[in-house]
Parts: sequence; structure tokens; C-alpha cells
Amino acid sequence: MSDDRTPERLAVAKTYKLYIGGAFPRSESGRVYPVHAADGTFLANAAHASRKDVRDAVAAARKAFGGWSGATAYNRGQVLFRIAEMLEGRRDQFAAEIAAAEGLSRKQGRSTVDASVDRMVWYAGWTDKISMVLGAANPVAGPYFSFSVPEPTGVVGVLAPPESALLGLISVVAPVIAAGNTCVVVASADRPLPAVTFAEVLATSDLPGGVVNVLTGRAAELGPWLAAHADVNALDPTGAPGPLRAELAQAAADTVKRVLPVRDEPDWTREPDLQRLRAFTEIKTVWHPVGT
Amino acid sequence: MTDSPWEYAPAPESRDIANLKPSYRMFVDGAFVDGGGEPLKSINPATEELLTEVSSAAESDVDDAVRAARRAFEHTWSTMPGRERAKYLFRIARLIQERARELAVLESLDNGKPINESRDADIPTAAAHFFHHAGWADKLGYAGYGPDPRPLGVAAQVIPWNFPLLMLAWKIAPALACGNTVVLKPAETTPLTALVFAEICQQAGLPPGVVNILPGAGDVGAALVAHPGVDKVAFTGSTEVGKQIQRSVAGSGKKLTLELGGKAANIVFDDAPLDQAVEGIVNGIFFNQGHVCCAGSRLLVQESIADELLEKLRVRVRTLRVGDPLDKNTDVGAINSAEQLTKITELAASGDAEGAQRWTSPCPLPGRGFFFSPTVFSDVQQSMRIAREEIFGPVLSVLTFRTPAEAIAKANNTPYGLSAGIWTEKGSRILWAAQRLRAGVVWANTFNRFDPTAPFGGYQESGFGREGGRAGLEAYLDV
Repeated sequence: MSDDRTPERLAVAKTYKLYIGGAFPRSESGRVYPVHAADGTFLANAAHASRKDVRDAVAAARKAFGGWSGATAYNRGQVLFRIAEMLEGRRDQFAAEIAAAEGLSRKQGRSTVDASVDRMVWYAGWTDKISMVLGAANPVAGPYFSFSVPEPTGVVGVLAPPESALLGLISVVAPVIAAGNTCVVVASADRPLPAVTFAEVLATSDLPGGVVNVLTGRAAELGPWLAAHADVNALDPTGAPGPLRAELAQAAADTVKRVLPVRDEPDWTREPDLQRLRAFTEIKTVWHPVGT
Repeated sequence: MTDSPWEYAPAPESRDIANLKPSYRMFVDGAFVDGGGEPLKSINPATEELLTEVSSAAESDVDDAVRAARRAFEHTWSTMPGRERAKYLFRIARLIQERARELAVLESLDNGKPINESRDADIPTAAAHFFHHAGWADKLGYAGYGPDPRPLGVAAQVIPWNFPLLMLAWKIAPALACGNTVVLKPAETTPLTALVFAEICQQAGLPPGVVNILPGAGDVGAALVAHPGVDKVAFTGSTEVGKQIQRSVAGSGKKLTLELGGKAANIVFDDAPLDQAVEGIVNGIFFNQGHVCCAGSRLLVQESIADELLEKLRVRVRTLRVGDPLDKNTDVGAINSAEQLTKITELAASGDAEGAQRWTSPCPLPGRGFFFSPTVFSDVQQSMRIAREEIFGPVLSVLTFRTPAEAIAKANNTPYGLSAGIWTEKGSRILWAAQRLRAGVVWANTFNRFDPTAPFGGYQESGFGREGGRAGLEAYLDV
């Protein structure tokens, strides 16, 4: 990003890459695509992820699942809160990137970043409350202790919303990882740069590599591979256009994937509820006899 | 058994209690009507005799039923205060209890399951589901889905033949409690108790259209779930059909829950109380002829006790009495249909072909009807079909393991994830294993327990959504 005050200095342009397994590789396909600001200026070439990148990302997410889902809720909450801290520290950078991407003023950009930080904090606080709120001790008729606990579904494929580059992204990723899942996220195709910078935040915030994997590219190209992948347990198709959502839901049926029902893109500025936490959670019921 | 010192005199239940009628009709908009489809011939799987004829639905009947359910939803059921809905559900629950013996006998005639199971498990649990959900109808604001959760609308429900009335109760009770109306398709081979349930709805004075019952085969189910007037689809049955349904509703905005197949691991550790474990293993796989989606069909035994456990298991299985479902001494009844018997026979043959050791109980089988002797395969490898595919019959596959970690790895080595069992005296190991098993229900030192307050449902290809408890309400609420 050029800085108006020092016109004689040439800025160091950033190369935006993918984020897979905690590393920042280029797309194995070698492809890139140009990203423009809302006003049409060229911003950067983003990596154009391929089917192979999807597979690598899913493998990384699966590898990370045992550790992340097995971590204590307290620990996961700390890590999510740490993400919020790192976001807070990079407010200005995000505000500038969002302003460019979404065509907002600096002030609007900053308030979007603030909302994103707050959302991360909101979900950070949920990690150790999901079990209390969604779980149950079941008063069965008989000499048994029966209880139900929510557990993460597994690897979640996420198509991030196309319009809201950071707040939308965080609103779909935070509940997935707060519940203990790992994920492969396809960032907004037209506004991918805040997502890559967000990946840099994740990489420096104690989140184990592979818990979140960020791909930049086309939802229409990558979505079907995620929906059909047998090692992906659930799909959030929020960022896919309507007809593609139906197609993805159909592909997901071959492996009985959980697909978040999406009617329209939500208003991301609204207060979230538990729907996204519940959607990527399984309820496990355990029975044990009671007796002397 | 002829060589047993303990001869049992037959103790048959009277089939007259079933009040079997020469023909049954479908139930739409509060009335029994003739369906446009080819009538189903319901046979007794224990004798192969024709029980009765049942009218079946045509596509136009699906249309009528969905329209009736829509009218009832909009004009009566969803606008009615929850406390009134609650009273209807209490009435239905009481009526099921009052007619429990009739329903149990009818169920055993139609399905082939032993009368002691339909009488002591299926029917009481069905009534319990209506009681439990009656209490929810006026307390939905306390269920954790916000202060005023809304019903979805018309629910299309397709249920299997293994627990006909119980599966109906699992589907209809929460749907009605949450303010939805329903069109339910019972299984082709077991429609009778659903149609007696329709009489119960009439006796309860349930408004017309709130519950509609459409007997028929898979084509009726397909038309029903694909109907544009339906807001919610609930299916219990095979994974294969579940996938078709998920494909057919994709992108329609209908809320979907699926309860599909399973290949449950029943894990016995070396410190388990073996006699107790044997009872649990027998219950896990031979209950309801093994026609149970959560049946413990893969026995994982710690290697050091495998021989001892298998010997005890064979001794116990030899005592199972296979025969007339209406005999109160019968432990294992009839396989539900000739088609299902063929499937079981074919899968068991693959076990022989792939090198597993088959042991079959020497119990005598009746000369007529569809029966399969309790069968245990040992030396089973994870790659064999009998270790991977759901057999849905009285066939147990036995594998061994050496360490707890290996037990978990083998247990989770399946696309299914409905249930699992753990047998050990060590409490910490129970919790350790329960945490790691990818299954919706984990039974520790017990098996096949059900209760309306305990959520039931699967991971992975065993489907999604839960039935029972607070978690089960989500399936029928717009949240």
C-alpha cells in the first residue's frame, strides 16, 4: 500500500499467499489472479488455489483436528482471545485493507475492524460454555446416569461471504473453531486480501497450524471439491451464490455431510446467536448403569 | 432346544387381541380413505400368511395429505396455545397405554418381533415419547432456542419397519409438540400400528389434518419428501436412501434430519465382568433380530480374553429361543421380510467367502416363515464386508485388539457413527473411551437403552440431527 506522505519512497509490495497447515505456500498450480480495490486500482495478485490445494488444506485440517478438539475449552478460549488481541494490534492495517477492498472510508473501515475484534471476543468466551448450554444430564427412567455433551463435528469446509471481507470471514470462522472444529476456508474471491492478512494474525496467535486454512480463489471452483471431499464433515456454503449452494448441498449428500442451511447472506453487523456453534456440533449421549 | 433339560411349554399370546381387520385404509385430513395406489398385502413374516390388505397412496394422495396438513397447520395447530397442544399429546399418550396390549400383538404380527419386546419395550417407550413431548408443548421458550421459537410447518416423515410404532412416536411427538403438522409414511411391510395410531388420533379428538398417514412403498416416500408444500423432512432408514433424500431436498430450504445405518463397535476390555458383558453383547446384536440401526454388530474383544469370552458367548447364544413371535418365551422372532432374509444370507455368505469363521446357534427354526439362526463370525478382519457393511440381522462379527488405543482406532474405522459400547470395570477408561469414540450414543456396561429425555442420533454417515431431549426439539423448530 503506498503512503501519500512519502511519494519518493517505493513501497515494498506484498505477495499474498495461501495459508495451509500453518505455512504460507503459493498455490501448487502456480496460478494467481489480480485483485482490485473498489475503485479499480490494482492491489495485488492473489494466489488462485486449485483442487490440490483444497486436498492439502483438508489433510492439514484433519491432522490438526485431534489436537485442537482435544485441547481444553479453557485453552481454546485463550487462543481465540489471543487472536482478538493480535487483530486489535493490527487495527490500522486492517482498516486500510478493508477500506480499499470494500470502498469504505477509513472510519468505516476501522469500525468494521472493531466489530470483528468484538466478534472474536464473543466467540472466545463461548468455548467453555458450549457444553454447559448445549449439553444435558438426561433424567432417564431407570437406574442409569445418562448425559449428553456437544462435540465438534470435525473438518468444516467454509465458503466465506463475498462482500464482508473481514467481519464476514470472522463471523463464519470463529464459531467453527470455537466449537473445536478445524476448517478450510475459501476467502472472498473479489476481496481476498484481508483474509490473507487475517491468516498472518492466526499464524502469530498460538492457533496450532492447520486449525484454520485459508485459500484464495473461486468459490465455484473450490466449493464442489470441498463438498465432495470424504474427509470433510460439514459445509458452510454461506459465501456461495444461491444456485451453487444447492449444487454443493447435493454433492455433500454422498458423504451425508452436515450443510448449514443458508437462505440469504446474513447481516454481519447483527448480534450473532448460537446457530453457527450448534450447526458444527454433534451431541454425544453416554449411558452408564447406576448400582452398588 | 431338544437337548435342553429345560423344556418350555408354549405360552402364546392370543392374536385376537390385535383386532386385526380384513383391510386398512390410509388416514388423511382426519378420515380413513382409500388410496389411489395399488393395495399393499401385509403378511405375517413368521408364517408367510396374508394378514390384511392396506390401501396405499398415489401421488395425488400425497398432494391431498400435504394440503390437509398445511390447512391444519395454518388454521388450528400452530395458532393453538401450547397448553392445549400439550393436552392432546397427553391424551394420545394415555390412549397408547390403554391400547398397549392390542398394539403390541399387532406389532408382533406385522413385524415378526417377539411379543416380549413389543410389549415391554416398543409400546411403553412410544407412550413415553408422547408424555415427554406433551410437557414440552407449552414450555418451548425454556428449551434454549430463544423465548419464542416457531414451528417449521408441514413435516414429511418416513420411517422404517424395525420399530414401526416407536419410530412413529419419535417422529410425531416432537413435531406436534413444536406446533408442526405431519404427513407420515410408514414402511411398506409394517403399516398396521400406524393406522391404529390414526384411530387413536381420532379418539383423542385431534383436529383433522394434524396427523396424516400414507402407507406405501419407496415411491410414495420419495414423492412426499420432494413435495414443494413440505417444510421439514425427517427420515429414519438406510444410509443409501438417506443420501438420495439429502440430494432430493438440496437447495430447497427444507430442514432435514436423518437417522441412518450403523456398524456399532461393542468394545470389551480385559477387566470387564464377562458374564455381564455377554448379556450386553447378546442384547446388543440379537435384540429385535438385529434389526436395529444401533445394534452392536462389531464385537471388539481384548485379545487376552477373546477365547474365554467367545466360549461364554456361544453357550449363552445357544439358549436363545428362535420362533413364534407371539410366544412369550421367544427371544428371537422372524426376519421382517423375505427380501431382508436374502440380504442377511448373502452378507453372511460373504463372511464365509472372505475367510471368517462362522458359528451358528444349533437352535431349531420353524418350518415356515423367515428365520435366521443367531450367528457369530470370529477371525473377522476390518476389511471384510461383514465388518464394514450393515447386515441388519442377527449376525455378529468378532474382532480383537491389544491396546485401548487400538480398540478406539478400530471402532472408529467406519463411515458410520451411530452408537458404541464399552465394557470395563475401570471408570476412567469408560470416560476416556467415550470421549474418543465417534458415535452419537455410547453405552458403558449396558447396551440398547432408550429414553425420550436422552438425545439419540449419529455422527458421519449415520446421519444428522438428534431425536429426544432438548436437542431433539431443534429438528422441529425454526432456529
